[in-house]
Amino acid sequence: MPSLTNEMMRAIIMDHASNPVFKHTPTEEGYEKVHMKSDNCIDDIDIYLKIDKDKVVDASFEGRACAISTASTDIMCSMMIGKTRDEGLNLIDQYMHMIHEEEYDSELLEEALAFQNTSKQAARIRCATIGWSAAKEIFEKHE
Amino acid sequence: MIDVEKIRKDFPMLEKSMQSHPLVYFDNASTTFKPRCVMEEVDRYYKEINANSHRGDYDIAYNMDQELFHAREVIARFVGCEPNEVIFTSGTSMSLNMVAWGYGLKHLKKGDEILISEAEHASNVLPWGRICELTGAILRHVPLTSDGKVTVENVKKCMNDKVKIVSLAAVTNVLGNSIDIKGISEVVHSYGAIFSVDGAQSVPHTKTDFKGDGIDFLSFSGHKMMGPTGIGVLVGRYPLLEDMDPVLTGGGMNDKYDINGCVTYLEPPAKFEAGTLNLEGILGLRRAVEYIESIGISNIDEYVKSLKKYCVEELSKLDNVIVYNPDSDSGIVTFNVKDVFSQDEASYLNSKGIALRSGEHCDKTLAEFLGTPDTCRASFYVYNTKEEIDYLVEALKNGGNFLDAFFD
Repeated sequence: MPSLTNEMMRAIIMDHASNPVFKHTPTEEGYEKVHMKSDNCIDDIDIYLKIDKDKVVDASFEGRACAISTASTDIMCSMMIGKTRDEGLNLIDQYMHMIHEEEYDSELLEEALAFQNTSKQAARIRCATIGWSAAKEIFEKHE
Repeated sequence: MIDVEKIRKDFPMLEKSMQSHPLVYFDNASTTFKPRCVMEEVDRYYKEINANSHRGDYDIAYNMDQELFHAREVIARFVGCEPNEVIFTSGTSMSLNMVAWGYGLKHLKKGDEILISEAEHASNVLPWGRICELTGAILRHVPLTSDGKVTVENVKKCMNDKVKIVSLAAVTNVLGNSIDIKGISEVVHSYGAIFSVDGAQSVPHTKTDFKGDGIDFLSFSGHKMMGPTGIGVLVGRYPLLEDMDPVLTGGGMNDKYDINGCVTYLEPPAKFEAGTLNLEGILGLRRAVEYIESIGISNIDEYVKSLKKYCVEELSKLDNVIVYNPDSDSGIVTFNVKDVFSQDEASYLNSKGIALRSGEHCDKTLAEFLGTPDTCRASFYVYNTKEEIDYLVEALKNGGNFLDAFFD
């Protein structure tokens, strides 16, 4: 993905925060769920992944969440669908590296690059990673 | 009148910056900054005293006991009680828990009622819930008026002969409404019940008259009144303290005990102060009280309320801000920027160097009343200024663009 301007990153976050595509509770069976809460923020969400033969076939989340956690979790869901467990874990690793200002592979992160400035507001790192940490937990359980 | 510029010079934290802006600290209902004299007093304990209390026959230990007694006197004078009614705790939470576990658990039985309000801090809700589980007592809530207040009338309506304990915040922590302590105390006592007051938000700001207002138990924290963290006070009417069980037992609180299990405790307040006291904290708190008295508690009260009034007036000029407590009589302004989640707004304000609280503020029962689960809360103290409020208001004009926090 070409480098994003600040305006593009703002637009990505606002779009996913205002109109999240994956914010709903699944109506079918077969999902793995992790509940996440934040000590500092009001975030209180369930994250669902459906994994079939090592591949994520669906992802969603539901609950109360700030704009940062809503947008970051929505983007996480959109990116996980279609990924294998290893691809998903690598994506999460790269995202976490970016958030913590370490070296990361920017080619992989697509819209998630919008969160590259999160460390400017250190208190919000948890919000920007809550959904991603949940996905990691599900993948690790699914080993 | 108070000289705010002179006061501000006493606080090293006010010289700091945050996110490359001068730090504007509006989270005083959470904790306050400390004046240099409090830090120096804590330091003095370690440099010049550093002995335990009630322990030694040597001079520095004797000096410590004198200091401790004097600290009780200063605090007693400040809140209008007797020195031997002052128990040192770790803070309001511990004080309220001592009332619940030490007095409530001993005296309540199945079917008795405990009365709190719909606007209490978790520390004045959860201990009572546990005591109800253990005793079979029932926890009831005084309803709020339409503007969020706990009134004498509403308390009166909730009273009956089964109510044994009424425990209320003198000033609530989210909306900042004060109660008529004396009026409620008269109603509570007319039913023979006990009145516990959570003074965490009131003692730092307004004159407290423990005896005159008919309070039975008063809990407050040092760190919300410019004292150190980890020190607080429980004041109890002496006959009630004699009739209350210690929650902690051990050294420093027992009179004698033998191998057969016979044990007698010291008289209050020592009975409730097991283990080594937070001596640096006690001395720091005493110094904080003296600092408050040097400014004058009524001057602080008047000034902080004037800041709140000014802030509400200025915010009412913005059409993108909702204020939930325009009429409350304390230094707390609770608000939201329209269509912005409070936590996102707080991050935006952080990026401007403004520190304030967002979320539920340790009160998870208020959501229905407010019509929103979470809010931003600006809370003022004696070192805040109208210029700082102007700066907040200016920032909030652009509050809808909260992502500036990450991209500006």
